[in-house]
Amino acid sequence: MFGFFSSGLFLGWSLGANDASNVFGTAVASQMIRFRTAALYCSLFVILGAVISGAGASHTLGKLGDVNAVAGAFIVAFAAAMSVYLMTLARFPVSTSQAIVGAIIGWNIFSGSLTDMSSLTKIVSTWIFCPLLAAGISMPLYLMTGGGIRRFGIHMFKLDAITRWSLLGAGIFGSYSLGANNIANVMGVFVPVAHLSDISLLGITFSGAQQLFLLGGIAIAVGVFTFSKRVMLTVGKGIFDLSPVMAAVVVWSHSIVLFLFSSVALETWLKNHGLPQFPLVPVSSSQAIVGAVIGVGLLKGGKTIRWKTVAGITSGWVTTPIIAALISLLSLFFLQNVFQQDTFRKVEYMLDNEAMARVEQSGVATKSLEPLLLRQLPNAVSLKKEVEKLLQLDERSLKLVMETAELDNLKISVEALRGIESQIISENQLKALIKISGRGFNHRWQMAEALAEQSLEFQFNDDKEHNTRLNSLLKRLYNQFRQ
Amino acid sequence: MKIFKRALGVEKQIDNFLNQVVRSGLIFSQGAEAYLTGNKTDFKRKLKEIVEVEHTGDDLRRSIQQYLYTKTLIPESRSDVLQLLEDMDSLLDRFKGALWRMEIENLDIEEDFHEDFLLLIKVVVETVEAIVHAVRAFFKNISAVADHLDKVYYWETESDKISTRLQSAIFRKEELRLSHRMLQRELARHLDKIADRAEDVADSLNIYVIKRSV
Repeated sequence: MFGFFSSGLFLGWSLGANDASNVFGTAVASQMIRFRTAALYCSLFVILGAVISGAGASHTLGKLGDVNAVAGAFIVAFAAAMSVYLMTLARFPVSTSQAIVGAIIGWNIFSGSLTDMSSLTKIVSTWIFCPLLAAGISMPLYLMTGGGIRRFGIHMFKLDAITRWSLLGAGIFGSYSLGANNIANVMGVFVPVAHLSDISLLGITFSGAQQLFLLGGIAIAVGVFTFSKRVMLTVGKGIFDLSPVMAAVVVWSHSIVLFLFSSVALETWLKNHGLPQFPLVPVSSSQAIVGAVIGVGLLKGGKTIRWKTVAGITSGWVTTPIIAALISLLSLFFLQNVFQQDTFRKVEYMLDNEAMARVEQSGVATKSLEPLLLRQLPNAVSLKKEVEKLLQLDERSLKLVMETAELDNLKISVEALRGIESQIISENQLKALIKISGRGFNHRWQMAEALAEQSLEFQFNDDKEHNTRLNSLLKRLYNQFRQ
Repeated sequence: MKIFKRALGVEKQIDNFLNQVVRSGLIFSQGAEAYLTGNKTDFKRKLKEIVEVEHTGDDLRRSIQQYLYTKTLIPESRSDVLQLLEDMDSLLDRFKGALWRMEIENLDIEEDFHEDFLLLIKVVVETVEAIVHAVRAFFKNISAVADHLDKVYYWETESDKISTRLQSAIFRKEELRLSHRMLQRELARHLDKIADRAEDVADSLNIYVIKRSV
């Protein structure tokens, strides 16, 4: 199993080598902070961010493509890491978020899975929104900082000391946010396939995902220590010459943006106050930095911005996912056909009578779908094609048909019941499982419905947090009872 | 917190160094006045004082220089600041040099020129005080630098005017020997050059301000 994680660790290492430069690059290049200090704080807080708050952004990535075999996850992470590495060699500031998205799409194409367009749109739109937001934050922040310095007449040396602390603070906050947001890129694809047991240490329980995130965080830290210095020293001279105060403003803006896109607590708070929420998606720290730098550069008249470099960076944002998708496709082909490894679990589809009834209940006219009744289809893409031939459905209804038709082979066996860890499930939920023991299901929704009938705790409600928890529990149970 | 203490320490040293520059101007002014009035004792005392001030200024400048390099403070403006301090130190040196010139040459300055010489000294000291204010503002309140620089340029122009007037008057005094005329002219030029040098520092400071605000 750990052999398969190696590509994730490689991706973590390259993320550490590259993205740490966004957080501490300007501070180190301008000699405001020593490399050793920067690397130490960066590593520590990346790991903390990954383990404590890493779960938020990984959900969206999971929805984009449910990589369902560990060998497939290995290739997805490998393709992303390879494209990051190649782009770095070509001296393009690269985004691991884009690389991993490209690689997942490559896997989706290879395995015949559908790419969830709403998740993809959500992620791609943040690639545009993220630099704009960073620019939008850096501009007023810079104006306020400049105003404050003038208003209080801070002595150059005091300002120097404040700026150093500010750079360190922004770097720490940035590292934490980077860990929280980007760990999904590094380890996200392994979460559904790794099935690690929870570990309790000093009274704190680490879930399987957290263990993976810790591993990924350590890989990032190694990347920071071994390879980021060179990148850090060149990053400051990229788009615009930054003074240390500007650098601090830029790093704060970057860190705020990353935090906005990864904090579950903030999302809950915004929701409770009736405010619009930020989607929890892995965003690119490079894009955030570039946006923030351009924001400050524009305030200075924009004449000194090297637009050619900006254009180069932006073109890298388009090519990175494409390269990653191609590498992913090619490597999957080799691993599957040359090395005989299962890079995906075959998921077939069939609209049987129960499935038809469920679809009809939800308001979709099933009459036109009758030619598909009891026809077994090899993958999601072929089912989608067949359905679209017969009738036009909106995205939500199509998703429902696909989900309902998806075949699985689940059996609530006594042996599998014994293997369930008590920490992940409540007493009532366990009772519900025992009640349906011995039953088998061809569709996952059938098992979910059977459980919901037995216990309220298996029913979805208006509480988003409860639903997220329930979804993740159900996923674990499907894996547990799959024959 | 160590870094704030460090900042406070170097701030004090720079303030102290600039105080030495101002003090050297005042000592020079009093010393020159004593020379013109023939008060040898006061002149000697002022000469001694200015040498001490110059030593203190040199020590402070070296200490600041070493501090900035070893503690890697203000990396982006370090070279500008050090150049600025060196330039300010050269003003201090020139005040000392002017008093020593009087001591070495033991020049007999015609009474007719005393008033203009005193005025020139006053204007030169004003120029240097204005540049000291500008430098202090550079560290504390960068937007105020321009106002002080305006004063530097104003006093430097005044100094030019007085110096030209004084040199013309010296050379029109035909009863004096040429060598005597030339020595008095040189002294007037020496004093005017202090104001010129302050103007050069003002020009550099102007650039440092632009660099810092980019």
